[in-house]
Order: sequence, then C-alpha cells, then structure tokens
Amino acid sequence: MAKKTDSQSKAIAGRAAQPVSGSHALDFGKAWTYAPSPEATDHIKLDKRYELFIGGAWKKPRAGKYFSTISPSTEEKLADVAEADAHDVDLAVTAARTAFDKYWSKMPGRERAKYIYRIARAIQEKARELAIVESMNGGKPIKESRDVDVPLAAAHFFYHAGWADKLDYAFQGRRARPLGVAGQIIPWNFPLLMAAWKIAPALACGNTVVLKPAETTPLTALLLAKLIEECELPPGVVNIITGAGPTGAALVNHPDVNKVAFTGSTDVGKRIQRAVAGTNKRLTLELGGKAANIIFADAPLDQAVEGIVSGIYFNQGHVCCAGSRLLVEESVHDVIVRKLTDRIATLRVGDPLDKNTDVGAINSKMQLTKIQELVKAGEDEGSTRVSAACALPAKGFWFPPTFFTDVAQSSRIAREEIFGPVLSILTFRTPDEAIEKANNTMYGLSAGVWTDKGAKIFWMGQRLKAGVIWGNTYNKFDPTSPFGGFKESGFGREGGRQGLAAYVELEG
Amino acid sequence: MLVIVAEPVILSPIVTLATVADQTSGARLVAPPNFNPASPTVDQVAVEERVAALAKRSLKKASKVAGLKLAISMMDLTTLEGKDTAGKVRAMCQKALYPLGSDPSLPQVAAVCVYPNWVRLAKQCLAGSNIKVASVATAFPSGQSPLPIKLDDVRRAVEFGADEIDMVIDRGAMLSGQYGKVFDEIAAVKEACGAAHLKVILETGELGSYDVVRKASEIGIAAGGDFIKTSTGKVVPAATPAVTLVMLQAIADHYRATGRKVGMKPAGGIRTAKQALHYLVIVKETLGDAWLTPDLFRFGASTLLNDVLMQLQKEKTGNYQSSEDFSKD
Repeated sequence: MAKKTDSQSKAIAGRAAQPVSGSHALDFGKAWTYAPSPEATDHIKLDKRYELFIGGAWKKPRAGKYFSTISPSTEEKLADVAEADAHDVDLAVTAARTAFDKYWSKMPGRERAKYIYRIARAIQEKARELAIVESMNGGKPIKESRDVDVPLAAAHFFYHAGWADKLDYAFQGRRARPLGVAGQIIPWNFPLLMAAWKIAPALACGNTVVLKPAETTPLTALLLAKLIEECELPPGVVNIITGAGPTGAALVNHPDVNKVAFTGSTDVGKRIQRAVAGTNKRLTLELGGKAANIIFADAPLDQAVEGIVSGIYFNQGHVCCAGSRLLVEESVHDVIVRKLTDRIATLRVGDPLDKNTDVGAINSKMQLTKIQELVKAGEDEGSTRVSAACALPAKGFWFPPTFFTDVAQSSRIAREEIFGPVLSILTFRTPDEAIEKANNTMYGLSAGVWTDKGAKIFWMGQRLKAGVIWGNTYNKFDPTSPFGGFKESGFGREGGRQGLAAYVELEG
Repeated sequence: MLVIVAEPVILSPIVTLATVADQTSGARLVAPPNFNPASPTVDQVAVEERVAALAKRSLKKASKVAGLKLAISMMDLTTLEGKDTAGKVRAMCQKALYPLGSDPSLPQVAAVCVYPNWVRLAKQCLAGSNIKVASVATAFPSGQSPLPIKLDDVRRAVEFGADEIDMVIDRGAMLSGQYGKVFDEIAAVKEACGAAHLKVILETGELGSYDVVRKASEIGIAAGGDFIKTSTGKVVPAATPAVTLVMLQAIADHYRATGRKVGMKPAGGIRTAKQALHYLVIVKETLGDAWLTPDLFRFGASTLLNDVLMQLQKEKTGNYQSSEDFSKD
C-alpha cells in the first residue's frame, strides 16, 4: 500500500459524508415494539465469595486477598473472588502433578472418557444457570450464551471424551503420551467456552490442568469447577484458580508446568513466549486478529450482510476471529453499505438478559475506553462513521454497533484490533487485490469469503493466510474443526485431531 | 395494446415498450442490452438461518396482543374449494365482519378471498364494511390456459366487483426461462385489473430454489404487481418464512431503488398464532414500520384466525378455551 499523503487524506475526508441516507430509506421505528422479555434470575444463587478450587477442595488464598467481579451491564457487584498468589499457584500445580502421577496418567482412556462425558452432561443439565451467569458476568446477550457458548462448551467435552480411548488412532502408527501438567490461561470473551476448549482436550489426552479464567469473568469457570467437583473427578485433575496478570505469570513461570496454553491478546502472548523460552515447556497461543471478511459482487448480498453482522456484532465484537475488516468489491460497496445501515438499525442493544437483545454490554470499562479511543482515531483520520441510533442504558458499559466507510489500508482502524462492535469497510477491485489487502496485516486468524462461485472460494482459500476461512458464512464453530492462527495470531490448533496434538508427546 | 414476446432475452419493461413502439410506429427499435447485474443470488443456508434466528424473538404480553390484533387486520380469509357454496361464503363473510361476536374490540379482517363465482355474493355480504373482496383468477391454480382466457377471467372477476385480483404466474414459462413471457402476462393482467389491486402468486413451492423465487419476485414487481404472494395453497410447500424473507428482500431492493412500496402476502400453511407472529417479526425487521399495515402485508389463511382468537382470549382471561368455543365456518 502506498503511503497516504495529506491530499489523499483530505480527499477521503471530504467525500460524501452520508453514503447511505437516501430518499427511500426504510424506517425501523416503533410501529410494533417488543415488550421486555428478561430471563428470570431468581433461581440463580451465587455465592458471596468464591475460593480457589485446588486438589478437589475449595481453598482460601494464602494472602487472604479477594477481588470483586461485577456485571458490566449494571456495574453491580456479583461476588468476591479469591486472588491466587505464587504460593497458591504452587499448591495448584503440585495438586495437578500429584493427580497426574497418582491417577490420571495411569487411568485407561475409556475410564477418563467416562469422567469427561459426565462433565459434558453436567453442563447440559445446568445449561440455563450457566447461560444466565455467563450473561450476567460477561455482558453477552442471553441468546448467545444460551444458544452458542453453553451448547458448544458441552459439545467440546462430548467430542473429546470420544477421543480419550482412541488416541492410538488419532496419530496412526505413533503412540501418544500425555505431557503432564497443563497451565491454561483463558480470556474474558467466551469464559465457559474457552475453559471447555482448554480442559477437554487436555483431560482426554491424559494431562491434568491448572486453569486461570480472566479476572473480569471468573464466575462460569468457578461454576464449572463446582460441576467438576460433583462429577467426582480424582482430586487435582482439574484445578481452577482466579486472579489477574501476576497469577497468570506465576502459572506460566512455574517450573513444574509442562505445557502452557494461552488465549488472549497478542501483547501478553509475546510476553508468555519470552517467559517460556529456554524451558522445555510446550506452548500454544491463540491471539488477536483483524480478519478480512471479503464480499464479491456476485455474492448473495442480503445473506452477506447477515454474515457481516454475525462477523462483527456477535458478542459485541469481542471475538478474536471477528470479521473486523470488510473488503467489498467496489461495484457493490454502496449497496452493501445501504443494506448494512438498515440492518444495524434493527439490532437491539441493551440488557444482556433480555431474550430479544442482539448486542449486549461491553465487557469492561477498560475495553470500552480502548474501543472509544480507536473510534476517535478513525474519525480523526477522516473515515466516515455510521453508528446505530439506539438508546444506550445509563449504567454499565455500552457501545452502539458502528461501522466506518472511507477507510484506508493505512488507517489505524484497519490495522489494529479494536475488539468491539466496530467494523472498518474497505474496497477492492480484483481478486488479487482482495488477497493482497486481506493478507496485509500482522494477524492471520480467520477470514470470510462471500461469492456465488465455488471455484472462487477455493482460489481465495489457497491464498489467504489465515487459520480459519469461512465460505458464505461466518463465526461458525465446531469441536471437530481445528481453530488457530497464522503469524501474530498465534500457533497451535484447538479442536479436531490437530487440537489433540497440542496435548500429547508422540513416540515412535 | 400488448405484445407477447416469444423469446425475450432481457428482463425489463423496456423490452415491452420497445416492442410496442415497433408495432405502432413501424420504426425498428432495439432494446438496449441490459448490463445491470442479474438478480442477486440467494444463499439457502443463510436465509434459513436468518428466519430461524427471527423465530427466537420473544413476544410477551402487550406486544403479543398488539401483534395478534395486527395479524387479524391483515388476514385474507380464504375459501377456494370446488365444494364452495353460497352458504359457505356467507358464513365466512360473517366471520370476517365479526371475528368473535363476544369481543367487538377486535379488528375486522382485511379481505375475503374467493373464486370469481362468489365475488358478487361476498360483495353483498360485506356491503358497507371496509373489508375487501379478493378473487383468484387467471386459470387459478395452475395458470395453464391461454392468455385471453386468463384475461377474461380477470375482467369478469373485476366486473363482479372484486377489489383485488390474485393471479398466478405461468410457472412453466418461469422454469423454462421465458421470463419475458411471465413479465408480459403479468403486465397484461395488471392492465385488465383496471382499478383493482393485483397480487401476483409465484407458487414458490413449484419454483424449486430461492434463486428462482427471487427472480420471479422481481418480475412480478417490475410488471406492476401491487403485491407478490407466495402460494395458491394448493401446492406443498406453500408459504414458508424463508421464502417470504427472500420475497421481502426483493421488495426492499425495489423500494430502495424506486421508492415504490410493493406488498407481500404469504399464503398457505400458516395455521398458528405463533407462526403469524414469526412472519410479522420478519416483516418488521426486514422492511420496517411502513409495511406493518394491511395495505402492504396480508396473510392468506383459512384456519389461522381461530388460533389467533384463542391466543387473544388466553391473554385476556389467562386461560385457554376449548377449540369448540370458536366458530368453525
């Protein structure tokens, strides 16, 4: 990309500021409104305080420190959560080591499978409670936690339970041995689902686990710990400890951890990689993204607009594989922008527990500030901003569904991960240009291609440098399908046979 | 005057006008090639996903009641049977006027829909009300008759007093690629309708794919249809939420391009209040407020009304009543 000059910048800023309003705009008003339909929460009994789940028991943190976790949609405190220090981490790793040596590594795969199946069924049985708490603690709409997060979490346990006694067939001709203790650190965007992505393959392959959920969203991981307790796994096979960055660092640096698995920001991922350099710890990283969602003129346009919406507004855009850079063939740019403008007018932003909410609360004040800063950068650089004209609640952290047109490849909003409901729209003229722009990023986690021509999808798929490529759909997940990145989006895969490889040592 | 083009290659009103000019002036006019893109393609999986997502809207209390009352006001109460009689038509008209005798607060339905033979009687029964009489015509339901017979069918129904004509397109022509023939027939029927409103039935259950539904929708709209309608009710599947969404998207694109509002009528297979609300959600979130009116959205249905009444009574009293508490006409 040529560097943008001052005159080009002005030209972009000076272009029609309203690419979308026309005389024949559809009106999504109040002719017939939906009454509030909140999910009942009276049956949810949260503890006032959560301890650390270590060695099959709930242990108080040595330092006696706790931090509060809130609902980002109301800013109300939900519970106090223990803050594990290096000593507590050591207890957890020791418990995991003992469990590995004493029980889990010796147990036949078919026996491990029984426990993992049990966890899967327990998640299904408690699906409603888990979904509600996920939405309360994380801010995501109940329809997503109910229909995506929780069922997929159960599916990951079911899928991996099936592998536990079939590992010899996963890696034909080679014997798979467990690694030992896995230290796992997960992000706040899919708290329960990421716990499932991490724990299920580790257990299936015969490893034991110390998992640390994100400090803003610990509750569903702690509920999962309770389920695991009820499932009567041998003590110490799964340990769940809470805390912030220092707790995670202590886990990564613990000398008796054999494998580190991290999902989160590229910045922290780099620090972890530095920390484990020179040790014999195995490492997988699933980091940031700035995925290109590419729309050709021959695409099914109305459905492509749905793909844009699920690509960037699903989970408030707090998705590492979000389709945050829209590349549109220039001849359909205006029609796509117009359709998208109408579509975001129908998105319902508000109470995450309302069954009709499409876009919930931003996960934390810190994240909201980051989104606001990058949106301001987009405006300052002369891109045209379109935001849904929705009323936002007074309390809590909110950002309306937003997109930018007139975005240059050099714009900050086209290069940096915003991790919010903010889309940058760019154009291309030829498939080659689409590939060049799509790959012109430090990330490489995912991409989407929309076209009616099957051959074009394959042509693009061969050239896009991304770990996951969706054709005429977006943000679809399945435990059988490996997920992971290229370049600074990380390495290693989760899900499928490839995901098992991250948790085994292959012999022979 | 209208000319039927045997093998037109371009789907556009320009073809018809050019041909007419050719006949009247003797000058040789060639329609300019149409370089605009063809009809947008439709992705089956994504369309069905979208309507499934809209089915999850939770409608409670006031919004449910308002939606159900709106649904009644949008109903084309229909009887289209070989065994239709004066008694049957009279009874249906009575129900159209007074959906539930015990509750005068309920709206009347939008229209009754009958065969041409029953238009006069229906008009008499509904005299003095705002309820429209719609008549099917054009060799309904197959449409497999010569055009002059179809046009005659339409003119007579209009003479009998029909306010609205529900025509069927020539699906054979559509599926064999004779798009110009489909277009010209609709345009001719529109002309024969005079002041009567024209609903163009695509019979989507026979079209085989959403791509063809989308193209047929565009033809029906461009040829002058005031409404496009899914089905005759004589073919399974009849209306589905997904096929309705595809048609609504064609209407939206036409509105954005021209400012003209075309109506939509799903018909056949809509039997429950829950289904009706699902359709209304699809309309609300695809076309917006302007289409939430009987002028632009109708349900073609015969048994839907009673289920809607039952749900409304349940909202009012808190209890479900027996199906025998609602008249079966």
